[in-house]
Amino acid sequence: MATIDSKIPEGLVSEKWTNYKAHQKLVNPKNKRKLDVIVVGTGLAGASAAASLGEMGFKVKNFCIQDSPRRAHSIAAQGGINAAKNYQNDGDSVYRLFYDTVKGGDYRAREANVYRLAEVSASIIDQCVAQGVPFAREYGGMLANRSFGGAQVSRTFYAKGQTGQQLLLGAYSALMCQVNAGTVELYTRYEMLDVVIIDGRARGIIARNLVTGAIERFAAHAVVIGTGGYGNAYFLSTNAMGCNCSAAMACYRKGAYFANPSYVQIHPTCIPVHGDKQSKLTLMSESLRNDGRIWVPKKLEDAKKLQEGKIQGKDIPEEDRDYYLERRYPAFGNLVPRDVASRAAKERCDKGFGVNNTGLAVFLDFSQAIKDFGRKEIEARYGNLFDMYEEITDESPYETPMMIYPAVHYTMGGIWVDYELQTSVKGLFAIGECNFSDHGANRLGASALMQGLADGYFVLPYTIQNYLSDQITVPRFSTDLPEFKAAEEAVKARIQKLFNIKGKRSVDSIHKELGRVMWDYVGMGRTAEGLKIGLAKMKEIRKEFYSNLFVPGTAEGVNVELEKAIRLEDFIIMGELIAHDALTRNESCGGHFREEYQTEEGEAKRDDENFFYVGCWEYQGDDTKEPVLHKEPLVYEAIKVQTRNYKN
Amino acid sequence: MAKNISFTIKYWKQNGPKDAGHFEQREMKNIPDDTSFLEMLDILNEQLVNEGKEPFVFDHDCREGICGMCSLYINGTPHGKTATGATTCQLYMRKFNDGDVITVEPWRSAAFPVIKDCMVDRSAFDKIQAAGGYVTVRTGQPQDANAILIPKQDADEAMDCATCIGCGACVAACKNGSAMLYVSSKVSQFALLPQGRPEAAKRAKAMVAKMDELGFGNCTNTRACEAVCPKNESIANIARLNREFIKAKLAD
Repeated sequence: MATIDSKIPEGLVSEKWTNYKAHQKLVNPKNKRKLDVIVVGTGLAGASAAASLGEMGFKVKNFCIQDSPRRAHSIAAQGGINAAKNYQNDGDSVYRLFYDTVKGGDYRAREANVYRLAEVSASIIDQCVAQGVPFAREYGGMLANRSFGGAQVSRTFYAKGQTGQQLLLGAYSALMCQVNAGTVELYTRYEMLDVVIIDGRARGIIARNLVTGAIERFAAHAVVIGTGGYGNAYFLSTNAMGCNCSAAMACYRKGAYFANPSYVQIHPTCIPVHGDKQSKLTLMSESLRNDGRIWVPKKLEDAKKLQEGKIQGKDIPEEDRDYYLERRYPAFGNLVPRDVASRAAKERCDKGFGVNNTGLAVFLDFSQAIKDFGRKEIEARYGNLFDMYEEITDESPYETPMMIYPAVHYTMGGIWVDYELQTSVKGLFAIGECNFSDHGANRLGASALMQGLADGYFVLPYTIQNYLSDQITVPRFSTDLPEFKAAEEAVKARIQKLFNIKGKRSVDSIHKELGRVMWDYVGMGRTAEGLKIGLAKMKEIRKEFYSNLFVPGTAEGVNVELEKAIRLEDFIIMGELIAHDALTRNESCGGHFREEYQTEEGEAKRDDENFFYVGCWEYQGDDTKEPVLHKEPLVYEAIKVQTRNYKN
Repeated sequence: MAKNISFTIKYWKQNGPKDAGHFEQREMKNIPDDTSFLEMLDILNEQLVNEGKEPFVFDHDCREGICGMCSLYINGTPHGKTATGATTCQLYMRKFNDGDVITVEPWRSAAFPVIKDCMVDRSAFDKIQAAGGYVTVRTGQPQDANAILIPKQDADEAMDCATCIGCGACVAACKNGSAMLYVSSKVSQFALLPQGRPEAAKRAKAMVAKMDELGFGNCTNTRACEAVCPKNESIANIARLNREFIKAKLAD
């Protein structure tokens, strides 16, 4: 078994990052200009990294699949961003944010990384305000905060229900400033399909120009991917339609370990599924749980009448409502972490208490909040979310309770990285959601934006220099090298293979089939038996894909079906990887819930003795071969590992 | 409860910027009216692909009204007619009737050339942004966020300007193909905040010059942009941009 070196610096957890920065190697300004860095992705992590690296003097090439960097899916984050500022004087501190994040992640995150994240969180807010991000303010002109799941303090900064958008526009503006300065070259409507390795180091990428269809080569001294998560393996998720794991899978196929793939976050507050033509699920921000109360009927006969459409939620009297989160978790109530809230909803619906025609929905009720604070105040807090809900469902949350159900939202697993955010391939770095890093087995609300920007603004720009410092004598690479040629030919052959199948089924029809298998067998409640069935079904899906797929058109020019086919091919491997990891991890923790491993009260039962490690999967040279597991043991020095408790 | 509707869809096909382009049409039968407009187009494309044809190409991504990628001109209006001001992806089939003829076209503007069918090239917006749509600030250690006090009213107003999603509906709706609503929203956001003041004059001049250079038309106050903006950006921003611009020019 290969050894896994996480390169965690020596010293107390609170001093590691300071020590690291004090002793790391740097690149002087003159040499920076000689070094090229490729950054793939323009979300919070990618855009902030590209902008910061460009500003420092490196020559940066930045790629995205959308028509503009500003469209990356970070833009859809609604609720907010956490930071340990303690502006509210409610007892927050770097340590408390660190502790909450580790606990929220069910003690499966790497301690040193999380501490660093909490440490730089305050700088993120300073940076964004300096850029002109219009965060919500109080009347005195100071920044406002709200509270989020898994915390007992108010440390979340927000810009209406559009925090992700405003932070991304901040990073985008910093990026465009560098584009103007000529330090960053932008490649929009490009999709990375392979990473080029020369003498064991990442030295470039192969990308498809999505407008001309050309397969192009790009060289650099280091490659950074910030290409997001793999939630769309489930077909229906809160991800954008274009979100995919192909860049991550390209790295995985070239030797980068994939860590903790089974840690998939199912978000509790999404609009329920309504039909088989649905293309995506819409999230209703977690911030709604600040004022909304979640309930189902106490009586089964009431639930039945709701399901048949004979009565409405408002017809059920107060005493017949079961506010099950407040009942089960008095200390945190409706603000328990996402995994806990999602499972509790599933538990009620599995028992027959669901409130819509599919039986797969619970109420999120604002009537009490409207009574307490007035409609105007609720409108100011959540107006745009309520409008969005009404647009989709044709029901007004001011009049009738919202209906919500859990949906795939975020992936804590990702490309394995060490403390420097370097993957197991030298010169290849992963940032943002696409690495596994900081959230353990479950991410807390408002922490994704924090991590993306921490990686891009404050971590990678330092750590990448430790790698690049000995590259200053390495001349710029030519894309005529045989390694580039071979990688390009492999990509072209892969594309031709897809056209050659000439079957009868569209990409989407097979993707939906994969999604159903993933949701049914690798979803919220997993069992060894179910996972084995899921894996067998995925084998069938792969067979169907390679024998019956139809991709119209040619490799030249815009070909949306080809783009989707390549992504689906990678989602199939991803799906299997998630199932393998879930099957191996014989415990329940955070977003990974194995029904065999639960307490009598139905809570997740961890097994720290046997599973206190990061599961790192290594590709074996062929999609059909089972990957090999390596383990990075977790070492906790600052926090005592204990059972999560949100009850008291 | 959802009901099903049947209608005719006429959609624009164009193979690249030089192609003349043409409409194709198809009868859509029994589409549930809780389907979104883009999901309806997914159904259309599924049918086309199953017949061995190439799908109808259009831009879309987040499908929750925030990324600004979707950009369809539906029955003569950018993003179609939605009650509260919303993007194409937030338009639902319940807004249409049995027997309707629904016409789908691309954004039509000299500055937004067609790439394929209804997918257009909006990179001109990025170029305007690069010309000055930012506060020049280094990554590193700026002052504490609360060191800059901003009255709630100013912050809220800046936020309203900042909600622009850069979809380009304003340009598509304008008879002159003007980008003034887009540019003025960005200029206004920074002009309203103390962080943006030092570069306000330079920014207004640079962004307007770039906009003119890229072939966008002039504003003649017909307010078509404001009427179709999915994020309700106000033409008061254009007035503010004009003030900033004139102030900057007078100082030259």
